[in-house]
Amino acid sequence: MTMAPTKQEIAEVNRLRYEELRAAGQELTPKGLPEATALDGAPIAPDAVISREHVPSGWYATVRLRRGEALRIVDGLGRSSVSLIGWREEDTSERINCADTVKVQWSAAISKGRVILSDMGRVLLSLIEDTSGAHDLMVGGSTPASTLDAFGTPSRNTQENFLAAATKIGLSLRDIPPCVTFFAPVSVDAEGRFLWNPGRKRAGDFIDLRAEMNLVVVLSNCSHPLDPARPSASGPITLIRHRAPPPAHDDPCRTTSPEIVRAFAFTDRLYA
Amino acid sequence: MTNPAGPLSISDSSGAVYSHDIAAERPWSRVLKQGQTLRIIDSGGQQAVDALLYCADDPAERYSAQDTLRVQGSAYIELGTRLVSNKGRVMAQITADSCGRHDTSAGCCSCESNAVRFGEETKYQHACRENFILELSKHGLTKRDIVANLNFFMNVPIDPSGKFTVVDGISAPGNYIDVTADMDVLFVISNCPQVNNPCNGFNPTPIRVMIWDPPKA
Repeated sequence: MTMAPTKQEIAEVNRLRYEELRAAGQELTPKGLPEATALDGAPIAPDAVISREHVPSGWYATVRLRRGEALRIVDGLGRSSVSLIGWREEDTSERINCADTVKVQWSAAISKGRVILSDMGRVLLSLIEDTSGAHDLMVGGSTPASTLDAFGTPSRNTQENFLAAATKIGLSLRDIPPCVTFFAPVSVDAEGRFLWNPGRKRAGDFIDLRAEMNLVVVLSNCSHPLDPARPSASGPITLIRHRAPPPAHDDPCRTTSPEIVRAFAFTDRLYA
Repeated sequence: MTNPAGPLSISDSSGAVYSHDIAAERPWSRVLKQGQTLRIIDSGGQQAVDALLYCADDPAERYSAQDTLRVQGSAYIELGTRLVSNKGRVMAQITADSCGRHDTSAGCCSCESNAVRFGEETKYQHACRENFILELSKHGLTKRDIVANLNFFMNVPIDPSGKFTVVDGISAPGNYIDVTADMDVLFVISNCPQVNNPCNGFNPTPIRVMIWDPPKA
């Protein structure tokens, strides 16, 4: 007769599995991540470009991306930070989830080869090219209060940009989740304080985000609230929507870890 | 904030206007009036408590983890932390803490994220988001109202390199945290059912919540 496992035996099995996943996620996976894209790397073939747009400092853009398309965000002057939120087009209750993004990848730092997850265990965006690797998932964008503190006068800010963009597509304040901010070199010191690493911003930095579902994304081009160079820290950005090459079977973003392989399997099922 | 081991205004458990044990894995919600203090007691130790706050008058205004961390300038919830809303207002403050380490970056567990993290066989296990959805539905709120939450008694160190790990909880049986409301807030809790990582010591246990009125002037 076999005895059912006791609570303690189940706990021991779960702990061992957790330790194995942690070791893989924090030791093996980072070694397998691709090198950062060179500033002059990854040219887009002219016939792959769908549209191109310049967003002035302080402003926002709403972009619809079909699954398989990519959005290149270019920080030409190296002075911008770009905050992003997004929803699945067919069901906007599914949206970017920064907490699951860092938890599933065992890392608050994302770079080329990493992905951004939705709250439904699916992949929203893949970082297929990235020259920077300095992005923030913890602090969020600027707000009316943070810009008033910094500039002494009300200024354009990410929170109001997100609200305006969400409202224009029938959503509201309730639909604005925590955001990711690209070209925002934030790290955490041993005491938990946030640090800004200005040496990690360069003119011409860019990132290519491949949509893994049909999406609506909003990009806000406002200085990050920790950027000490404000208010001069700003400049226009360029957005290039383009057709990304179809992912190969060993696509780096799709194969980094067992967790990510599962997230893509669940995403692909939506479109199977 | 000079009294990390004890409450500022509540000297013992007497005089509470409300006391309730939340069973392991269950949700709870209640409106805290401005000035009231909610004590959350980790009765058995090593139990993560997921929490969300909404402005009682207008729940579109709610707790914002990113605004809270930006205003504080650091990554963890501790004694003195002001819990900031998505409109930049202070909703509540941490007024006592006998544990010392709480998280607001790791979110809550869900069936869907468990399936990604731990394998598809864990999809059909109870999770915090199931609790939040059901509890919020009593107040006319839905999944879209679930934002990044607080994780009391959950230990999630973030390495300078970005490494992000849920490790064993450091709270001992009886550890507590006090949250004092700066406005009328709907306070929603999921007593975390997670058994796949160390946040509950692989064994979810009951917690106690108690509420005190503000001290008489």
